[in-house]
Amino acid sequence: MAQVKNRLRPFFENITYEREDNELVLNFGPQHPSAHGQLRLMLHLQQEQIVKALPDVGYLHRGMEKMAENMIYNEFMPTTDRMDYIASSSNNYGFALAVEKLIGLEVPRRAKVIRMMILEINRLMSHLFWLATTALDIGAMTIFLYAFREREYLMDIMEGYCGARLTHAAIRIGGVPLDIQPDFLEQLRTFLSKLDNNIKDYEDLLDQNRIWRMRMEGVGVISKEMALSWGCSGPMLRASGVAWDLRKEEPYELYDEVEFNVPWSDKGDNFARYRIYMEEMRESAKILYQCIEMYEKCERDGQTELMAHAPKYISAPKLDIMTQNYSLMQHFVLVTQGMRPPVGEVYVATESPKGELGYYINSQGGPYPYRLKLRAPSFWHTGILIDLLPGHYIPDVVSIIGTTNIVFGEVDR
Amino acid sequence: MAQHKVNFTQDGGLPVALTTIDKVVNWGRSNSLWALTYGLACCGIEMMAAGASRYDFDRFGTIFRASPRQSDVMIVAGTLTKKHSEFIKRLYDQMTEPRWVISMGSCANTGGMFNTYATVQGVDRIIPVDLYLPGCAPRPETLQYGVMLLQKKIRANKASKAQKAKRLM
Amino acid sequence: MRAYKRKDDVQKKPYYTDRFWIAPQVPKQDPSSDEVFAADLEALKEKFEIVDAYIQVEQLVVYINSKDNFEVIKFLKEERTYDQLTEMSAIDWLAKKGQFEIFYQLLSMNKRKRIRVKCFVNENQAIESVEKLYRSADWAEREMFDMFGIEVNNHPFLKRILMPYDWQGHPLRKSYPLQGDEFAQWYEVDKIYGKEARDIIGPELRDTSRIDRYDSERFARLGHEVPRGAEVTDNDPINPQEYQEDEGVFLIKKLKKESSVVIDDPQR
Repeated sequence: MAQVKNRLRPFFENITYEREDNELVLNFGPQHPSAHGQLRLMLHLQQEQIVKALPDVGYLHRGMEKMAENMIYNEFMPTTDRMDYIASSSNNYGFALAVEKLIGLEVPRRAKVIRMMILEINRLMSHLFWLATTALDIGAMTIFLYAFREREYLMDIMEGYCGARLTHAAIRIGGVPLDIQPDFLEQLRTFLSKLDNNIKDYEDLLDQNRIWRMRMEGVGVISKEMALSWGCSGPMLRASGVAWDLRKEEPYELYDEVEFNVPWSDKGDNFARYRIYMEEMRESAKILYQCIEMYEKCERDGQTELMAHAPKYISAPKLDIMTQNYSLMQHFVLVTQGMRPPVGEVYVATESPKGELGYYINSQGGPYPYRLKLRAPSFWHTGILIDLLPGHYIPDVVSIIGTTNIVFGEVDR
Repeated sequence: MAQHKVNFTQDGGLPVALTTIDKVVNWGRSNSLWALTYGLACCGIEMMAAGASRYDFDRFGTIFRASPRQSDVMIVAGTLTKKHSEFIKRLYDQMTEPRWVISMGSCANTGGMFNTYATVQGVDRIIPVDLYLPGCAPRPETLQYGVMLLQKKIRANKASKAQKAKRLM
Repeated sequence: MRAYKRKDDVQKKPYYTDRFWIAPQVPKQDPSSDEVFAADLEALKEKFEIVDAYIQVEQLVVYINSKDNFEVIKFLKEERTYDQLTEMSAIDWLAKKGQFEIFYQLLSMNKRKRIRVKCFVNENQAIESVEKLYRSADWAEREMFDMFGIEVNNHPFLKRILMPYDWQGHPLRKSYPLQGDEFAQWYEVDKIYGKEARDIIGPELRDTSRIDRYDSERFARLGHEVPRGAEVTDNDPINPQEYQEDEGVFLIKKLKKESSVVIDDPQR
């Protein structure tokens, strides 16, 4: 086999050090058989137990924060899609909300309802993906195929709405660009009617399963202090005894008008997180039913606006752009030069399926943000592995990484 | 894409005469392409969806193997960053011949939308690529179409000379 | 003479700004307008020197001196129940005032309030780590060091986290170009093949608007491909891509495009 000459020296990943203490350094390399992406964990093992774990991230660092300093606000929207690429619209929404708070825009009601529907659909997509990959890592391949089947239906709905399966860019600053297509509600209703039975199927397969319980119960226990200290949020925090959900505590959109519960637990282990994810899927279905009713009420009340009315920052609707001269001129300026928000800074956090997704935007009045910091929940959930993994065995590492629901687009940005 | 040209056609592009042995070996190789799971970013999710229930990959004879020693084709799905470039070269070297590379998605083809300091502008700066799939992310059907085209390409080459090393430099 | 480009801020600038345009400001409110924040600020003022404080977009922003940062955050954590450090990073003002601005974003769950603590550090000044108070600062400070070059004292493991270990340069500084300096652009080639390979592999093609009529694999002529070396004209015939060879493959059903069926029911 012809080897191309290169400068890489061979390195032996599993080295047994000849020391008195028998410690093995295992490199859980950046290319994984599991689905989670590019995590490199250096594990120091004492026989089979881990004594020190050091996660090494940065293998997907693409420089999004620096890109934002060179792009106008609307241009940056598709880039936010690629952060948490499993539930892309939630990233879009966080960014849109941050800029809207900076400017002080009021989004029309119909757009809010559509945004909520998209957000909850994305939450379902993310939780189904989580279930599929965690089950695959632990060995339950059937669940992988079933959950992906459900996810395909949801991706069909999103594709009918915005044209893309995975990286949506469906939410814009100021509202949504498109109204939902005619069979959106029908497809959503068919999907939701089957969802409950499907979740029940998965629970029947997994909940009382001896192998699942042995691998999940008592493993990866995160105490409340550790969770708060590491900045955990979302299901990681709720499993450790803190019932904190940003949709209830700092409500945005119309979350204060819908009724839903926030599942939480105080066990802190993998099994608690798994139960919380399953319950959250049911709660999302509840929210979606209420959203469908709210949308139909908007139709009856005749509220048809989809984008906020702020000519200095947001372009007019397409009909106006094509027929009115000033709308066209303003749209041209906004697209080529970009909108200029006021000078100031804002930090806005929303509840993405993974946790608290925050955007810190510091604007100096120019068309490009002066500093944009993306607060990704998975960054700190990967960091907690430093304190969490010692004391566990190697197979537990896989199940713990599975339930922490890390997405590397977010961690590395 | 990189500036240098990788020459894949033998004999100046003329059609190659294949013997029966070649045909049988190529038929075997093309219908059991074992893929190395190299999902790096969003395209990796579409690659998984291509292997999942709706767009099944198993009907092509493709099984996703985790180890480079056991796989034939490396589907690079996602953004390759400079920190990771060393590892992709190591994994490519560890794959046994015959081996092929499919570059899936804009980030792997040319660096994609990430025209930044930390992104390798195209996987073919480091390893030779046989098939480029455009899209961001390409649909699972695109990946399946790509695999079918790769199968056709494998069947068109001579089995023994197929692994004249694809030298990047 | 070539145009003068500043070295300390090479980011993209808007090509036109009206000379007499004054940017509006996001409104700031006085901290006394909210009781919880007023109480916090009073407690802080008793012990530390506060340079500035205001409420912006419902969050209190407090400016302190950089030497007090550990004490202030300890006070906020223990006395005023701010139990999570949700974010921490820096902003580069080197071009304007030669300083970095570091901000800490804290969250209090039982009061449901967020506070932002900010301080300025000079270019080569180090700042005290708050990792003993919040473990999340461990990685946040590593990222700040990696991206800006701000050293942190008493940090357990201050190494680069997002960039490779042997990277030179701090990417998020305004003086670092978006597309990377020479070290960045040749990093992967140098590392894997060595400097000699730079000529063979060639520089990166970063021009997003480059059009090549004779693109190396005729990417621009999808559907109308011509054999390699042949001339490209404007009326190349359509070149249908068949999945299978004309005479079919052994044991594999021959696909006939005419007899294929379009499935358009997504819920099948």
